[in-house]
Amino acid sequence: MEFETVIGLEVHVELNTDTKIFCGCKTSFGNPPNTHVCPVCTGQPGSLPVLNERAVNMAVKAALALHCQINQDCKFDRKNYFYPDLPKGYQISQYDQPIGEHGYLEIDHNGERKRIGIARLHLEEDAGKSQHAADGSHTLVDYNRTGVPLMEIVSEPDIRTPEEARLYLEGIREIMQYCDVSDCRMEEGSLRCDANISLRPVGQQEFGQKTELKNINSFRFVQRGLEYEEQRQREVLAAGGTVRQETRRFDELSQTTLSMRSKEEAHDYRYFPEPDLVRLHIDDAWLAQIRATVPELPMEKRDRYIRQYQLPAYDAGVLTSDLAIGEYFEATVAAGAEPKAASNWVMGDLLGYLNGRGEVLADSRVTPGQLADLIAMIAEGTLSIKQAKDVFKIMCETGRDAKTVVQEEGMEQISDMAALVPLVDEVLAKNSKSVQDFLSGKEKALGALIGQVMKATKGQANPGVVNQILRDRLSALRVEE
Amino acid sequence: MKEFPTIKQMLTSMAAGETQPSDWTRQSLTNIQKIDGKIGAFLRVNEEQALIHARQLDEMAVRWRKNLVSPSDSTRDLFGIPYALKDNMCTKGVGTTAASRILENYIPPYSATVAEKLTQANGVMVGKTNLDEFAMGSSTENSAFQKTHNPHHLNRVPGGSSGGSAAAVAAGMVPFALGSDTGGSIRQPAAFCGVIGVKPTYGRVSRFGLIAFASSLDQIGPIARTVEDVALVLRQISGHDPLDSTSAPASTEDFTRSLTGEVKELRIGVVRDMNAEGVNDQVKAAIDKAISVLSDAGAQVVEVTLPHSAYAVASYYLVAPAEASSNLARYDGVRYGRRVEGETLLEMYEKTRSEGFGLEVKRRIIIGTYALSSGYYDAYYKRAQQMRTLIRQDFDDAFQKCDVIAMPTAPSPAFAFGEKSADPLQMYLEDIFTIPANLAGLPGISLPCGVSDEGLPIGLQLLGKAFDESTVLRAAYGYEQLRGFVMPFPHGLEG
Amino acid sequence: MKISEDVVRHVAHLARLAVSEEDVHSLAPQLSNIIEYAEQLQRVDMTGVDPTSHPFPLENVLRSDEPKLGLPREVILANAPDDDGEQIRVPAVLEG
Repeated sequence: MEFETVIGLEVHVELNTDTKIFCGCKTSFGNPPNTHVCPVCTGQPGSLPVLNERAVNMAVKAALALHCQINQDCKFDRKNYFYPDLPKGYQISQYDQPIGEHGYLEIDHNGERKRIGIARLHLEEDAGKSQHAADGSHTLVDYNRTGVPLMEIVSEPDIRTPEEARLYLEGIREIMQYCDVSDCRMEEGSLRCDANISLRPVGQQEFGQKTELKNINSFRFVQRGLEYEEQRQREVLAAGGTVRQETRRFDELSQTTLSMRSKEEAHDYRYFPEPDLVRLHIDDAWLAQIRATVPELPMEKRDRYIRQYQLPAYDAGVLTSDLAIGEYFEATVAAGAEPKAASNWVMGDLLGYLNGRGEVLADSRVTPGQLADLIAMIAEGTLSIKQAKDVFKIMCETGRDAKTVVQEEGMEQISDMAALVPLVDEVLAKNSKSVQDFLSGKEKALGALIGQVMKATKGQANPGVVNQILRDRLSALRVEE
Repeated sequence: MKEFPTIKQMLTSMAAGETQPSDWTRQSLTNIQKIDGKIGAFLRVNEEQALIHARQLDEMAVRWRKNLVSPSDSTRDLFGIPYALKDNMCTKGVGTTAASRILENYIPPYSATVAEKLTQANGVMVGKTNLDEFAMGSSTENSAFQKTHNPHHLNRVPGGSSGGSAAAVAAGMVPFALGSDTGGSIRQPAAFCGVIGVKPTYGRVSRFGLIAFASSLDQIGPIARTVEDVALVLRQISGHDPLDSTSAPASTEDFTRSLTGEVKELRIGVVRDMNAEGVNDQVKAAIDKAISVLSDAGAQVVEVTLPHSAYAVASYYLVAPAEASSNLARYDGVRYGRRVEGETLLEMYEKTRSEGFGLEVKRRIIIGTYALSSGYYDAYYKRAQQMRTLIRQDFDDAFQKCDVIAMPTAPSPAFAFGEKSADPLQMYLEDIFTIPANLAGLPGISLPCGVSDEGLPIGLQLLGKAFDESTVLRAAYGYEQLRGFVMPFPHGLEG
Repeated sequence: MKISEDVVRHVAHLARLAVSEEDVHSLAPQLSNIIEYAEQLQRVDMTGVDPTSHPFPLENVLRSDEPKLGLPREVILANAPDDDGEQIRVPAVLEG
């Protein structure tokens, strides 16, 4: 039997506000345990929450970027459950009135654009971090993360392959980064993902029994974990078995998924409106203000790059995968560089150099203007591509501009006839064997002579010009004979 | 006839240079030492710190006096006035228990906004008073630590849940104390103990630092011996607090301005359709008498109806436990308070909470959890909240016709220990007159209006429009001037 | 609605309260009484009535995103029943 895979993702994104959602504690990551805490975020008796305005702005911005309808009137609710890293015994979240609903995100897959529905986006507070002792004797709890603003983004079950799931998740990250609402670092937990996956016979309307995949901590593992789970379920079904509803986790070591709990205790979160907070009313003016801050989105920008700069889809994809890369590229073009050349340099040499050092674009010492100058020098014939690559490396290391590097290192291309003619003559005088070979019809000997000239100029001679001078000189010799 | 000095008298005396702050603090501490063995109002007396603070104020007294433009200026703050806080208000560095075993050793790392405000007003906190555990109760019998006795009759309860605060004020141990009122917890003990208690409009006083019972109902208010004194204290503790999202934007007022003594043209609403069957005859007579005193002085008595008040108790006993079940989830033995170790986390949770909470608290957590659990939310919690809307509308309609509504604070005077604790529902029904104001968020006051044959005080309750404490206080003050009876000296303190 | 002893046990577990059999026997009828009393609310027509979750509906009470000084770790840990000097210690959390 043919099966169709159905996947839905629940993504948690931490907002990059300076302070927590309900108190003034800092949200910075990687601090010693329990050093960014106060009565509110540790749930001291009598403490009360007050909502961070910027967290609301960011969540609305993200919801708009995901084409959601904004619930201009919404509220917060309590989700009640016991866990040591949940200080109040409830999480302040949004239940029946999320900030955003009915949105979508587009992915490009196999040359086709596909829309994945977003069921809802809501704002809530993060929990703390539990660290379980290896011997299982106890758990240690750090409350620095409790109260960090968090968005939960729930997709519709529109995803059909594990690869689409990865593309969707990457799409979420891109949009969040474009909106500057989160750094989306999976390794730091500022982006987290749970997945639901089920299989159903092709043509069947109702969903099959799903399993939930948790603890997926990299983009690669999203795809890999789902691929494993898809295969596992297919085998179960093909053998006439039934898939058990359970929570599983991806195990990096074995690259498989393992069951976490099979007997699911029915959760009863006893949601009710949070009486310590008041309603949120985002009026039209406020909404318009936030809307004005939503940037051009990756997919729109991708299309524009193809249209405006005639770039291949691949280039457009790479350049728009990160807001900073696109900005760098466009600044380079604005400084006069030809778009495709700029694209090649940014995607190739620049990112290659930075990646090799584990750096990001913000670390680059070469400005877009400097890169544009370098590209201009190639176009003018001042530098060969090969020379330009060497110059670029020095630029990356020193931050000096191309002209300075070329001058200081004496690297510019020599195209001046007056300078090259004596050199060519000297080479001809010293290589009579090659000259004779050429004159006797061995065209290949010309290459050797060019090579000698290049060697004499340490590669700086313009090979085209050298070629021309040599041919002129050699045909003169032929006439003399 | 012995009389305890009022806040006003203390301030006047200090303004005249006759007494010093430490004189009053010392007197308060002496009284506590002498009397509280019998009453049991205090869970903690802050003797050393209070004296240090009072002596610091002694140093400031000359300057304070110099800055007074006129003698009445002395009531601008609470300079050197000793007071007590109900032990569900957090005080930094001073143990705060909510009268629960689960918080027995808890020392708050911060202070409630009201505590900060009273410190800023130069008041001297002498101790923390007893209450029903987590403010759940009407007799203070649910305290995990001790009984509090009614100063007017030691075999009677002081009411609750702010029984400790009311008894401390009634027994002259402090001129004022703060209580909290979720379903009558300031007004009812004030009535039982023969003192004055105000439940302000919801949002008038910050809840930040008040250990939550039911967040949408809780409100802090003053208990004192004269209307003028409660007005002075209310002025200091009111006002917007950026730390409490539900705190009203209204700034505080000088509530003493409305204390004119004039009740002419004041429209007093009397509710005719409220269940009066359970009301004790002596209470009924005292209330009727109080209303005729006001009417004789020129107030206009009008009949109003509150048709949904019959459902108030039902609504309250779903809303309050539901919110409480969630508010009390944080007492889990993890971060603070009592922990009873267990083999597993679940066992630790269950042991901690079962041994840490008293029976009434557990009962309410279970009711509340049930009311919120899946499948029941719409039938119980939501319906109860809808009922609040109807009750609120009833009041809106009633206040079209009147300025304040008069009714008893409680159906009967203080009852005996154990008398009502056997049947929880019967105990809940005692709150019939106080609960509606909490559900609708309205201000109310209870003040003495008579004494029963057994010498037990009877309370008159006056309710007002939202944020119209001024009119409520004006009516109460007017009545206080006119009432024509003398509150007897607490029997329990004699001999 | 009568509250059965099983419901009492279930709800107590949701609330992380261990209740003895004796407690269950006494709680079930008490809770039934209270819930039955509360059920008079079912008699009132509530169609179109908005629930009141705040007596005075305020909206948009917000704070600006400005850091405020929190509490030193030792102050938070001072009240903790068990800690390792940096973190709060609890019995092992079993489920992942």
